[in-house]
Amino acid sequence: MFGIKADWSLDIQERYFTLDDYEGNEARWCSGCGDHAVLATTHRILRDAQLPPEKSVFVSGIGCSSRMPHYMATYGLHGLHGRALPLACGVKSRRPDLDVWVATGDGDCFSIGAGPWVHAIRYNMNMTVLVFDNQIYGLTKKQTSPTSPINLPTNTHPEGASLDMLNPNTVTLGITNASFVAQVVDWNPPLLHETLKAAHAHKGTSFVRIIQRCPVFVDGITKALQEDSSRLLLLTHENGIPVAPGVDRLFPESREHDPSNMAEALEIARDETTKDIIPVGLLYQNSDIPCYDELSSQGHNTTDAKKIAATHAALDTFAI
Amino acid sequence: MNPTTIQEHIVEIVSDSGEGAQKCGQTFGNISAKMRNGVWTVEIIPAEIQPPARTPSGASGIRVRLGSKYITNVGNEGDLVVAFNEQVLYSRIANGAYKKGTIVLLDNRWATDPSTKIQQLYVKAVEEFRDHGLIVHELSIHEACLKVVKDPRKGKNMFVLGMLCRIYNRDREMGRNEIALTFAGKKEAIISSNQNLFDAGYQFAIDQLSEYFFDIPPQQGMGDQPMVVTNGNTAVGLGVMASGMELVSMYPITPATSASHYLADVFPACGGFVHQAEDEIAAIAFAIGASYAGKTACTITSGPGMALKTENLGLAVMAEIPLVIVDVQRGGPSTGLPTKIEQGDLLSSLYGMPGDAPKVILAAATIAECFSLVVLARKLAEAFRTPVIVLTDANLATGVQPWERPELTRDMLAPPLDQSEWNPQIPAYDWDKKTGLSQRPIPGMPNGEYVLTGLSHTKRSKVSYEAAENQQSTSMRSRKLATLQSTLTPPKIHGGEDGDLLVVGWGSTFGAIEEAVDNLRERGNKVSAIHLRFLSPLEPGLKDIFSRFNKVMTVEVNYSDDPNAPMITAENRRYAQLATLLRVQTLVDVDCWSVVYGHPLQPDLIEQALQGHLDTLNSATGE
Repeated sequence: MFGIKADWSLDIQERYFTLDDYEGNEARWCSGCGDHAVLATTHRILRDAQLPPEKSVFVSGIGCSSRMPHYMATYGLHGLHGRALPLACGVKSRRPDLDVWVATGDGDCFSIGAGPWVHAIRYNMNMTVLVFDNQIYGLTKKQTSPTSPINLPTNTHPEGASLDMLNPNTVTLGITNASFVAQVVDWNPPLLHETLKAAHAHKGTSFVRIIQRCPVFVDGITKALQEDSSRLLLLTHENGIPVAPGVDRLFPESREHDPSNMAEALEIARDETTKDIIPVGLLYQNSDIPCYDELSSQGHNTTDAKKIAATHAALDTFAI
Repeated sequence: MNPTTIQEHIVEIVSDSGEGAQKCGQTFGNISAKMRNGVWTVEIIPAEIQPPARTPSGASGIRVRLGSKYITNVGNEGDLVVAFNEQVLYSRIANGAYKKGTIVLLDNRWATDPSTKIQQLYVKAVEEFRDHGLIVHELSIHEACLKVVKDPRKGKNMFVLGMLCRIYNRDREMGRNEIALTFAGKKEAIISSNQNLFDAGYQFAIDQLSEYFFDIPPQQGMGDQPMVVTNGNTAVGLGVMASGMELVSMYPITPATSASHYLADVFPACGGFVHQAEDEIAAIAFAIGASYAGKTACTITSGPGMALKTENLGLAVMAEIPLVIVDVQRGGPSTGLPTKIEQGDLLSSLYGMPGDAPKVILAAATIAECFSLVVLARKLAEAFRTPVIVLTDANLATGVQPWERPELTRDMLAPPLDQSEWNPQIPAYDWDKKTGLSQRPIPGMPNGEYVLTGLSHTKRSKVSYEAAENQQSTSMRSRKLATLQSTLTPPKIHGGEDGDLLVVGWGSTFGAIEEAVDNLRERGNKVSAIHLRFLSPLEPGLKDIFSRFNKVMTVEVNYSDDPNAPMITAENRRYAQLATLLRVQTLVDVDCWSVVYGHPLQPDLIEQALQGHLDTLNSATGE
């Protein structure tokens, strides 16, 4: 009537999602575990984006981090140790309409899942990868992880971890098609929120290493950082992670870093190994890298008639 | 002169790698199929891409069996072989490919080779072949090709095709046209050069081989129904397309990869995608991800790949994810025999993972079934919410046979993606207590949200380690196999409904077993055969069928202990894989005969083995 769709306004307001709509089972992580902060932040990001819960899929491997899908009210795929990334890539491959997240950990991603990690970064499918890095195996009770600091006593290395820790950021930055690499700590809620929000908004695989508290097994690692934040280096830039007023005061050390500058990003990332300066913020972003899901999903809406016709054409070439 | 009519012949073309023997044989097979002969071709493939020239292990070639009846297998010894050099024949002789009287048409260029060593090897070989009973004709094939082209290494194969087409009285124009089809898309000059070689070869056979002029009449009773000629891997690819699956996620592995090569070429036309994953594990995980998201996917592999996929296969069983896994079996264990034939993955498919992991296992017996079982597998995977393994093998993968062109119907295709609202009252695993079946929420369905997990879970997919929950969910997954079995009919018996000996087979041995059984029955033996397509669940009624025969045995291409070998006793003898399974399932004393020669079972080998068992049976009963 009069060219106005009568139920127009109803459509808009039909579904409004609150935090409750994204909250799954009660989280069973230990008290004081950094995972709780990541979970709460993720709930808020989905709520702010007003994404229908049925359109998001949280995929995980095995470990404390990988329980995350159970604590979401979205769809979830709690897979196998080290295999979160290929499972997630498969979900996205023919369903580009789904919002895909990956929850993984330092053991799940950097150790048993190291192969898929390299290749998933190269595929650059449009998904958000959260690495909960507590620098220890938690669920199996305190074994050395690839990011455990050298000399850290663990149940597999009681005399102290024997190798220098792996640097996840230099590895990731070194992989062809890396398009979003950020690092953050779990105990700064505004920065965590802004980092995950930017990661979620990025088109491509956004890789976020979250340095995260494990008060039960390696309380000292993160406590030292919380007490002396001068080892953290806040990266600032107009194209970086927005830093709310007041947040910057928690970081005595900061530097301007343009996230489009790969050479500088590598240098900053390397300083974590060579100088024990831990960057926080957006190391690198490039939104122009092709996403493999655009290729892999081609033809996902092909009609039955076309499928049959194409199969007939294929059979024709073998007809006698 | 009129050609001599014969019922069938087995022809081989053997050369070094890269000389085009396979293309020659395939084209010859296609021409013969178009002339309505029964045809089976199988490639002889060395493991390396470019093995050293003129070595027995480098033998590359093709066998074509053609006849006036439906041909289902590679047959016994060859009747006629064309060899590009003498060395490659040694490995074929060692494999028992020839008999006394096999005609060998040998390129004689090596007799005048600049290297005296090669000359000597050639002369020595020809002598040895003649001692072996082969009828060797030394022919100046290379020299004759030189009159047509500068480099006969490229094109000698089409000269040989011309020879064969004359020897077997093939339609000459059809031959020329087939060359045009084979080289479709190439430059006109290439096509005409190959046709000239074909003509020269044809004339060469008239001039120099006039004593060999045969006619193989068309198959009796074969109507003019439309047929296609493909190998088994191509049939798998066509099956994937016809099934409506949209994703094949794979990692290169012999002898499975050519199915994916084929799909990479044609799949996009029906909206499909071939994902080459970083490894076998990622390949199946990627497929599981797509299946979970509502697009049932397929992964195609071989034995070593199956081993790597085991953990993910367990996830698909545990979480009840539809998935199609095609295992083109090769020789094992470990890297084993990559290009050779073995039916060695039955028990590992069934039991090769921790815990109880029931899944559907089908085995293709023919090339046509490589197509139809893939279509069926997708349907079963979705209806029973389970991974389905389709076992084929290197014999089917590379064997080429005409098969009836399938009618494509819409109900072969996967249903459209369901994104309707889910009733939240219905749990994610709403197991029917009787059948174990349940419907499945797909991501995107409002109110269907659940978390798939490989952990033990309740019907709402909540992690649970409770005793009763685990007992219930495990039994529900198992129950689905019994439910599927209740829909199946007992296998058809080939031969009499009862008798002395029942042979049970599975997979690509189908044609060879039935041929052996037919020969034995013609001689008055009471032998019958059944061939199983369903291995998990097994087809019903087996125990009843077994009870009607004095003896039941399997014939398989996998290892079993020879009961007469040293140290082997009735208690420690290890049986062939299907025999093991049948003994467990039926409590019948099923015997077996099996070998791991790596090549397709020849009907006469099976016949000899069965005859031996029949003799023992008859002497035991005093006949």
